[in-house]
Amino acid sequence: MTEIADLQMPDDADTLRRLTDRLGRAAEAADLLDVAYRTVDSPLGRLLLAATPRGIVRVAFETETEDEVLDELAARVSPRVLADARRLDPAAREMEEYFAGRRRDFDLAIDLTLVMGFRREVVQLLPTIPYGRTASYAELAAMAGNPGATRAVGTACARNPVPLVLPCHRVVRSDGTTGAYRGGPEAKTALLQLELAHL
Amino acid sequence: MKKPFEALVRAHGATVLRVCRAVAGPDDAEDAWSEAFLAALRAYPDLPAGANVEAWLVTIAHRKAIDQLRSRRRAPVPAGEVPEPRHTRTQPAFAGWQRDLWEDLATLPDKQRAAVVYHHVAGLPHREVAAILGGTAAAARRASADGIAALRRTHAEGTDDDRDR
Repeated sequence: MTEIADLQMPDDADTLRRLTDRLGRAAEAADLLDVAYRTVDSPLGRLLLAATPRGIVRVAFETETEDEVLDELAARVSPRVLADARRLDPAAREMEEYFAGRRRDFDLAIDLTLVMGFRREVVQLLPTIPYGRTASYAELAAMAGNPGATRAVGTACARNPVPLVLPCHRVVRSDGTTGAYRGGPEAKTALLQLELAHL
Repeated sequence: MKKPFEALVRAHGATVLRVCRAVAGPDDAEDAWSEAFLAALRAYPDLPAGANVEAWLVTIAHRKAIDQLRSRRRAPVPAGEVPEPRHTRTQPAFAGWQRDLWEDLATLPDKQRAAVVYHHVAGLPHREVAAILGGTAAAARRASADGIAALRRTHAEGTDDDRDR
């Protein structure tokens, strides 16, 4: 009875791609697409973008493995995670404009589910640092109303769930060195140079 | 910890497609696949941790494929319309099987059909088939063997019919 198990057809990979795409659309229509994600290419390598119906919830660099990022989203947001590009189209377009030097601020709804308390307050302050400028961790701590919390501010920036969109790359050490970055120190330097070049 | 649903689609999408083809036939398999994964996505957050995800998906797919088959049977064929020749493009290539497997499967008693589909099409071990159907692994094995024997008889008859024509 080997013939029963042999129900593969030559175009199976195409069929499954088509069906998966259709599932994404049906899930969106049925309000079941809790987390949609896609990847985009950038000068800093492949970026993973994820969004809930409320807004962009995660931007991940290539240095983080895709499986770990998706596992974290499944555990902390919802296990209803599907690859579906449509919801991320505006984010992908704005990323492209930003890297081309044609965009200074992101105009996207943001879902800060992944960051709580003081850290959330800190990352929400990030867009107040203008394009092409920097602030120190201490200055950001003072802005957050807690001048002694330099370390906590550093942690908040290092774990910012939506880097680029909330520009934690503009926060540097008081001595002028760049400091740590989720996408690596080279990426942080590259972003600051990109912004200086398009000021 | 629960995997992202995307991982389930990637790992089990092909198996679910085989189940849908075997039970609903190639024309309705894709609708059954879509219905099955949408229903699974809806229920996924409530699936108990540690559940056998593949068996769960295969069970849903089997049920959705039977629904598709039944609604197709109920749909009236408009009078005077000549039915198109079926499965010329989409027919799965299984060696020597001249008749439509899904039509023969539909003639089996429910338990035999389920046992054949879960074990021979989805590749679940008899132990897991028994967990879905209830009863022992030995009973699942027997139901599957009886179903295969019945299919062989039908197949043999079908081949004879073709020869007589």
